[in-house]
Amino acid sequence: MKAPRPSQSLRRRLLIQLLGVAAVLSALIYFGVRAIAEQAAEATQDNILGASATTIAEELAAQDGEIVVDIPYAAFSMLGAINAERVFYRIETDAETLTGYDDLPLPAIAPSLLAPVYYTINYRGVGLRVVALQRLVTVQDRPVVVTIIVGQTRNGHAAITSRVANLAASLGIGFFILAGLLNWVATERALGPVRRVALAVGRRGPADLSPLRQPMPRELAPLSTALNDFMARLRAALTRTETFIAEAAHHVRTPLATVRSQAEIALRLAETEDSRRALRAVIRAVEESGRSAGQLLDHAMVTFRSEHLEPAEVDLSEMLSHALRALTPSADIKDVTLQVSPLDTPAKVLGDQLLIESAIRNMLDNAIKYTPADSTVTISLGQVGGSHVLEICDQGRGLAGADLAALSIRFERGNNVADVVGSGLGLTIIQEVATSHGGSFTLAQMTEGVCAKLSLPCYVPA
Amino acid sequence: MRFLLVEDSKTLAQSVADRLAMDGHAIDLAASLAEAEDCLAVASYDLILLDIMLPDGDGRDFLTRQRAALRETPVIVMTARSAVSDRVHMLDNGADDYITKPFDFAELEARCRAVLRRRGGSATNIRTFADIEFDMLGATLTVNGQAQQLRNREFRLFEILIASPDRVFSKAHLADRLFSFTEDASDNAIEVYVGRLRKKLEGSRVIIETLRGVGYRLTAQ
Repeated sequence: MKAPRPSQSLRRRLLIQLLGVAAVLSALIYFGVRAIAEQAAEATQDNILGASATTIAEELAAQDGEIVVDIPYAAFSMLGAINAERVFYRIETDAETLTGYDDLPLPAIAPSLLAPVYYTINYRGVGLRVVALQRLVTVQDRPVVVTIIVGQTRNGHAAITSRVANLAASLGIGFFILAGLLNWVATERALGPVRRVALAVGRRGPADLSPLRQPMPRELAPLSTALNDFMARLRAALTRTETFIAEAAHHVRTPLATVRSQAEIALRLAETEDSRRALRAVIRAVEESGRSAGQLLDHAMVTFRSEHLEPAEVDLSEMLSHALRALTPSADIKDVTLQVSPLDTPAKVLGDQLLIESAIRNMLDNAIKYTPADSTVTISLGQVGGSHVLEICDQGRGLAGADLAALSIRFERGNNVADVVGSGLGLTIIQEVATSHGGSFTLAQMTEGVCAKLSLPCYVPA
Repeated sequence: MRFLLVEDSKTLAQSVADRLAMDGHAIDLAASLAEAEDCLAVASYDLILLDIMLPDGDGRDFLTRQRAALRETPVIVMTARSAVSDRVHMLDNGADDYITKPFDFAELEARCRAVLRRRGGSATNIRTFADIEFDMLGATLTVNGQAQQLRNREFRLFEILIASPDRVFSKAHLADRLFSFTEDASDNAIEVYVGRLRKKLEGSRVIIETLRGVGYRLTAQ
């Protein structure tokens, strides 16, 4: 099954969206400030132009049937005051230019007597802001319409506009940066609880099924409730399974123990060779089923734990001495000597204690089982390269040509061991434990007996 | 030796008791933790055999609770479980050893002896016959003041013979008690161990006699 692709991080989505909003707002600020400033600059220029044209209009007079105008100095000085502006004017009546530049264009819409008209034109290669104004002058009792046009270059306007544009840009960028920072802070704070919950869930080991107790934002409450419900159900299921296995084992093996005890008593009292043989067969069968039940449960446990491996620092040499203590009486019964090289140096590996212990016990158990009475099982624990190697050698009948690959198949046993009780699961268990810990397990035929070798990588604390 | 057997299955308890009685041990039976506590209140035992799944609780909790009251009495837990976790847990709780059901009585005896040996033996375990001394706990045979260590099978064989001097035991009977039921040992394999014991008995008045076609017996000259 393919794992679902993780969707984009909440944090990134929030940040990107908030930054988008900030960018739009910054752009609005930039263009808004520019537009307002341009309007203000234009209005200022228009006011001055209007004032200048009005000043000229004040001086219009009729003399000897002619219109005369004495253009006052102030009319131009007020225009030239700012920057090095150039000024153009034209006074016209009845399509006849009285004075000024006669090619200075008239406005598209004729101004009325009351309101001046402002417009922008391109004149002799420069941009001009122009005002047109009309006045009535009475010439020989006849009213004559005079149009006064005053134009001014837009250098000052352009300078103001570019200054304002710079200012607007800085304002926009500043706003964007500030908004970005605030967004980041807000996002972090808003997502804090989510991260804490995720961390709390992530930190727990696979075996920790206790409910989540972290304070939870209201939006996440359904999630945590669902999670806690699920964990409670899982916990109950696991406990049920464990109890079931334990009780099953108890109910199967207790009657077996009874049968075996009774059979042993009967054997002690048996008179004939036939009944002795029958009773021995019964005891063997009981032994075999008891062992198989045990190995099956061990194997189920090994498989389960291998899949949910929760490694810890464990000491092979300590586990080996425990296993030796537990199995020495079994070896004693057969007069088998367990010869152990000194176990005084710890052999740390990273692994599951139960699994490794189970592997060691199975190795020892195999060796004791297959070595003949009155023989020696040699056990050594050493370091080879980056691995701790546990080697257990018996003096038994050997593998009779079978190889490990075949023998570690479940329920598969060697073809020369029919007379020895076994379940065919021991090697499978050891093999699985070795594999799940990144180690290896080998069986080697020696001139006398078999050497089983379990290698597990050394653990070096960081 | 006196055993307390705490086991709720009546049939199993009875057969284990019968079997242990055959070897001359005295067994008290308790079917629950409550009964076990009653027994412990009035008698003292050499060893306690404890099942862990009992109707009124878990044997391991009992062990934790009773460790002080048990004083030095060794405890061997009988378990039907096989998970290693149980075993580790039991030893942590103060059990001396455990044995998995169904068990071999030879193994149970071996474990009992190992546990008692670890706890330190007592004088009552020494048996004298004619001019030899047999330490059942230390598994030593003293001939002419010379102590010799017996290996497990020699020890068990001698234990059977010395329990009833002058009684004749058949090879088949001895083989049943000496060899595990899971190994195919011929009755003649007994001869090897008889031979070894004879060698260790050299210089004493005690001999192992062969009665051709019948078996062996231990007797003093």
